[in-house]
Order: sequence, then C-alpha cells, then structure tokens
Amino acid sequence: MSSAPLLSVDGLHVHYDRSHVLQGVDLEVPEGTVVALVGRNGAGKTTTLKAIMGIVRGSAGTVRFAGRAIAAERTDRIARLGIGYVPETRAIFPSLSVEEHLTLAARAGGWTLERVYDRFPRLAERRRAGGATLSGGEQQMLTIARAMTTGPRLLLLDEPTEGLAPLVVEEIAGMLRALKAEGMTLLLVEQNLAFALGFADMVVLLGRGQVRWTGAPAAFHAAPETRAWLAV
Amino acid sequence: MVIQLLNGMQLAMLLFLLSVGLSVVFGLMRFVNLAHGTLFMLGAFVGLSTVEATGSFWWALVAGTLASAIVGGLLYLGLLRRLQAESPLKQVLVTFGLIFIGLEAARIIWGDYAERLPGPALLAGSTALFGVVYPTYRLFVIGLGLAVAAMLYFGLERTRVGAIIRAGVDDRTMTAALGIDIGRVFFVVFVLGCALAGLAGVVAGPVLSVYAGMDMGVLVLSLVVVVIGGPGSLKGAFVGAILVGMVETFGQVWLPEVAGMLLYGLMAAVLALRPQGLLPAGPRP
Repeated sequence: MSSAPLLSVDGLHVHYDRSHVLQGVDLEVPEGTVVALVGRNGAGKTTTLKAIMGIVRGSAGTVRFAGRAIAAERTDRIARLGIGYVPETRAIFPSLSVEEHLTLAARAGGWTLERVYDRFPRLAERRRAGGATLSGGEQQMLTIARAMTTGPRLLLLDEPTEGLAPLVVEEIAGMLRALKAEGMTLLLVEQNLAFALGFADMVVLLGRGQVRWTGAPAAFHAAPETRAWLAV
Repeated sequence: MVIQLLNGMQLAMLLFLLSVGLSVVFGLMRFVNLAHGTLFMLGAFVGLSTVEATGSFWWALVAGTLASAIVGGLLYLGLLRRLQAESPLKQVLVTFGLIFIGLEAARIIWGDYAERLPGPALLAGSTALFGVVYPTYRLFVIGLGLAVAAMLYFGLERTRVGAIIRAGVDDRTMTAALGIDIGRVFFVVFVLGCALAGLAGVVAGPVLSVYAGMDMGVLVLSLVVVVIGGPGSLKGAFVGAILVGMVETFGQVWLPEVAGMLLYGLMAAVLALRPQGLLPAGPRP
C-alpha cells in the first residue's frame, strides 16, 4: 500500500449547534479494502459518513478522495466523483417503484438492471412495487443496489444489517462479501461486531468524536482501548 | 346544473394550471413563492399586448407563456435562489414584496384599467353539449387544462426526469447523494411552473378581464388548492382545483350569502381531517 489511499480523512471536526460531534477524526481507506468503523451510539460514526458525503459540513479538516479535496464540494458532485452512500435510514423513495430506484441515477460503469435482478431475484419479482411497500430486507437490498447502479469506486454503508432478521442479515452479508471479492472498496459502519471483525481488513474505533484505536480485526479484542470505548 | 358544472370545471382548470407549479415547487424545495400570481398577471398582460400587436390569440398564448417563464427564471437566478436556505418567513416577505412591485410595474406599463383579452375567432360562439349551449372558448379552457394535466401526469409518472422530481420531493438529501444536481432539477420545475402560470394568465384573459391586481384573487384560491390537495402532488393539485372550482361556482349559485366563507370552511374541514392534504405526494401503492 505505497500509493495514496482512495479515501483519507484528516483532522475532521463537525459541530451540531453547540455540540462538538467530531473532534479531529483521521482515517484512511486504501483501494480494494474494507474498513469497519465501530463505536458506541453517539460516537460519531454516522456523522463521519455524512461529512464525507458533504451532507453535514466539517468546521475543520480535510477529506481527500482519489487525490481530490472534497470537503467543500456539494453532495451531488461528491457522489458523481464515485462515492456511493447507503444511509442508516435506507432512504427509500416512497413514491418510486423498485425499478425507478434502479434507473434514477444509473451511470455508465454501474450495475445494470440485469445485474441487480440477477443478484436479487426478489427485487426482480417486485420491480413494479412501490418503495414503501418493501420489507426491511428488501429495502436494504434496494438501497445497496441503488448505490451500485451509480458505479461507485467507494461504498459507504451505515449499519446495513441493523434491524434485520438473521436470515436476511446473512443474505446482505453474503452480498457484501461478494462485493469485497470483486475488489470493491467499502467503509462500513457496523454495530454487529462479530460480522464487522470477520469481514473487515481494518477496524477504526470511534469514541466521543475521536479515533481511539485503529488496527487489524485480529488485534481488536486484545486492545485496551476496546474495553474503554466500547460497551460489550 | 350542467352549465354550473361546466363553469366550475372551467374555473378548476384555470386554477389547476396556476396551482400545479406552486405545489410542486413547494413540495420539492419547501419554497413559498407568493409572486406566482404575479407571473399569471404578467402572462395575461403580455398576451393582451401581443393580441393588440399581432391580432392573434395563439401568438398571445405563446408570448405570455414564454414571458412568464423567462421572468420567472430570471427572478429565480437573481433573487429567489438566495432565499432557498432562508426561513419560510423571509421567503414569504420577499415574494410578498414582489407582488407589490409587480402590481406597480403593471400599472406603469399597461395602465390602471381593465381590459378583456379577445379570444380566438376560431373558438368564438357556442357549442351544444350535454343538452346545453355553452361558450366554445370555455370548453377549450377545460380541454386545455385536461390536456396539460395528462401531459404532466405522463411526464411525472412515466419518465426518468419525472422520477427524479418525485425522488426530490420524497428526500432531497438522498437524491443529491445519488449524484443528482437537485438545484438544476428545481430550476427546471420552477420555470415550468412559471410558464404554466403565464399560460393560465393568457387563457384567463378572455374569461376574467386583464387588470393590475387580477392576480390577488386567484393567488388566494390557488394557495387554497395547494393546501387542500397536498403540497408537492400533481394529483392533489388537480383534485384540489376541481373542489375549489366547484365550491366557488356552486356556492355563488346556491348559497350566495355565505359563498365567500364556504371555501375556507372546506379548507378548515380538510385541514382538520387530513392536515397533509387530500392527496399528498408520497407512497406509491
């Protein structure tokens, strides 16, 4: 990993009104790797992803993607540079059909409809259904597939397995493993530690707006910071 | 009875043309543009001048529509765009101010008297329909409104641009996070809404008369349409316009003493039972 990482965040600060949510976050995501961002509720994981996407603005710090400073860019430009976003809320469009979700923002190099339907036969069955009528698992598949139709180089995933039945979690996990095997770069916020540690190449532990530990998954449980900053 | 229905429908279609832009613009950006009625008036006056210059109602229709689209687009780029991040109160105050500027400008340019815009010779006279004889031009107004509604429905529900607009109404942030420039989408919708307001102005010219201040009454009615139908929704604007058109028309015939209040009673009832409007933008079956 001699070349610059695909994504690097340096000294990122974010304020919401008077609370200082991110207090100088540094992290790197090298191309072709999976980085898991873990930490307690309120540690700043979601805010980190939103700041990378330009949805919330940092008050200080830099974000570089593919060699470009993007911290001041508009969200739609950041997305077009090649970052896909799967938010925690899933943000399905209730007034769009499944198929419209998948053609809305499709770009060259992204997943085609055939590819999505091949991978998720369930979405193919429900192609005419309204977004709001989908089950939680179907919504999560659709959110990931929607992001992949834009042809991203980096995918930001915010708790993709949260609130899903174990069987569905396994289905989503299987598809994330397939993405990884294809060489996709992922930055994953995950509460499910067992899954995160088994899947990621690197783990970044956030605690109260700062990075408390960074390292390989194998070393995670032995690190003293883990006990201090993560309620297990 | 049939005549009143047709009258109500004719008013409804005018209100639909005027309200649909207002409604979708509000749904997409939570942006309140009270000067929408001013663009209706602008369309009517430009249409009037065009008829006087060319003698053709059809050129007036084109010129009035274009004038409102262009002035609306310039207003957006020069002024309204900056208000987007501001509070609704500021939007209301600034666009309310624009109403008065528009009113004075109309008085200075076109004078302070009412004039009827002559309708097209082709549609002069009356047509027998459903057992009544009804002015042909008014039937044209109804047909035009229905045609525009059908085109907008097709555009919004069946095309990719339409899907982008609906996605923007549902969730602006997520739409942007997919790489879609929501500001540009909004501009297109805003200008289209202004064009339709201008079109409504020309079309209303032969029915109502053209005068400085003709925008005030219809602005209030179109706001009622947006509230009743549910902001951001094409179907809502359509159904709201029909309700308001019918209540206005039948109210004045059957209950003239309380006709003025009837509409607000309807609005209060809708707001009490369905605060989000009758057919708000949202989930698809």
